[in-house]
Amino acid sequence: MNGLRLVALLSMLLLLGACSSIEPWVKPYERDRLADPIMSFDRDPISSAYIQHVYQSREGARGAEGGQGGGCGCN
Amino acid sequence: MRKVARVAVVVVTKNPLILRAALAVLLLTAFASEAAILPEDRADALYHSYDGGGVTINGPAIQVRKKVGESFSFSGKYYIDSVSSASIDVVTRASPYTEERKETDASVQYLRDKTTMTLAATYSKENDYLAKSMHFNLSQEVFGGMTTVSMGYSRGWDEVGKRDSNFSENTDRQNYRLGVSQVLTKNMLVDVSAEVITDQGFLNNPYREVRYLVTPTTVDWQAEVYPHTHTSTALAVRAKYYLPYRAALSGEFRYYTDSWGVDANMFELGYTHPVKSGWTIDLRLRHYQQNKADFYSDLFPYVDAQNFLARDKELSTFSSNTFGIGVSYEFARGGLGMIDHGTLNLSYDRIQFNYDDFRVAMAGGTPGTEPLYSFQADVIQFYISLWY
Repeated sequence: MNGLRLVALLSMLLLLGACSSIEPWVKPYERDRLADPIMSFDRDPISSAYIQHVYQSREGARGAEGGQGGGCGCN
Repeated sequence: MRKVARVAVVVVTKNPLILRAALAVLLLTAFASEAAILPEDRADALYHSYDGGGVTINGPAIQVRKKVGESFSFSGKYYIDSVSSASIDVVTRASPYTEERKETDASVQYLRDKTTMTLAATYSKENDYLAKSMHFNLSQEVFGGMTTVSMGYSRGWDEVGKRDSNFSENTDRQNYRLGVSQVLTKNMLVDVSAEVITDQGFLNNPYREVRYLVTPTTVDWQAEVYPHTHTSTALAVRAKYYLPYRAALSGEFRYYTDSWGVDANMFELGYTHPVKSGWTIDLRLRHYQQNKADFYSDLFPYVDAQNFLARDKELSTFSSNTFGIGVSYEFARGGLGMIDHGTLNLSYDRIQFNYDDFRVAMAGGTPGTEPLYSFQADVIQFYISLWY
């Protein structure tokens, strides 16, 4: 039983060690490409809000469209 | 940020070592705060046009966003839909009509360290429908800026009316949102989001009717009857990948399910390609498919056949496919007066809708054997954006 506890304790320590060793692997100075406007999920909010409205008025599905979400509840 | 960088570089240009150090610090501060920043100050003016299935909707939209101090960003939007409808529902059971919907949005964003809070309000009015809503969003950057966790809540109050009558009913809406944005590699971003929406109140269209068989060859019509509650869950995964020659690939998958028995899937692929001298081209393909609600039928067997009755083609089994292209031209790239730069944008989408159990009731012949309905829609957007 004691051996089992020791193994459990060691495993937990190892896991904790593994957790603390995970560091942000893409450094801030390596994010220049991600900051390019072409990488934006919502480059022109006025346009994406409009096209979401076009689909939401004609399709059953709604929600999780990106942007601020919420919609106007209008038909 | 741009102005600060210029000044710093001018000051230290004579000492290469300090110059390098200063640039490194500037880059670090610029990118360290990459996710937890307020949106850029910009103004957009859009003209939109939708034409399909006997319906034309067009109008303008204007949006202005401005930072105040280092912590606040305010945004206001005004949007108009001018509708002229002779849709299949309208020509089957009513008369063509025109109407206008006006929407006003206002929002304020507050940034504190790595936390962004947004409060927004929306007011939308047409002659037979009023929708008011409030939205709250909170996002927190964690894990060295590689992860952004966000959550949101919305509350909506609708008043449903009917032209030329005293009909008035209410609908309350609540939205719960949860999302995680993750930097995966130097070239890839992933975004996972979920939204649960629950509505309570009058949820059908007061004008729409369902048809039922009177004899094997004749039909009659009665008003739709919907449940008074509707709860839906949507899950979406989006990814964006930077291609080595400066272009971006994007993909999206969305799954939807609701308490009315509708299940839906959506896939979208996009490609953004900047061309030299300020031109950017966007291409997109989208596929959507859903199955019908439990209480939907194109033709009910007899009057009051069920507790709930719907013949809204939005609740039928159908699919839609979109091909879209956008062209954007960036002007005043070096700045012009108060403007940092601007873009002119033209976008076109062709959507094909194919219904699997919604028939052209007017076609005649034996009820239930009429041709299935389908239509194409052309969606055009033209807009100018200015950054300042």
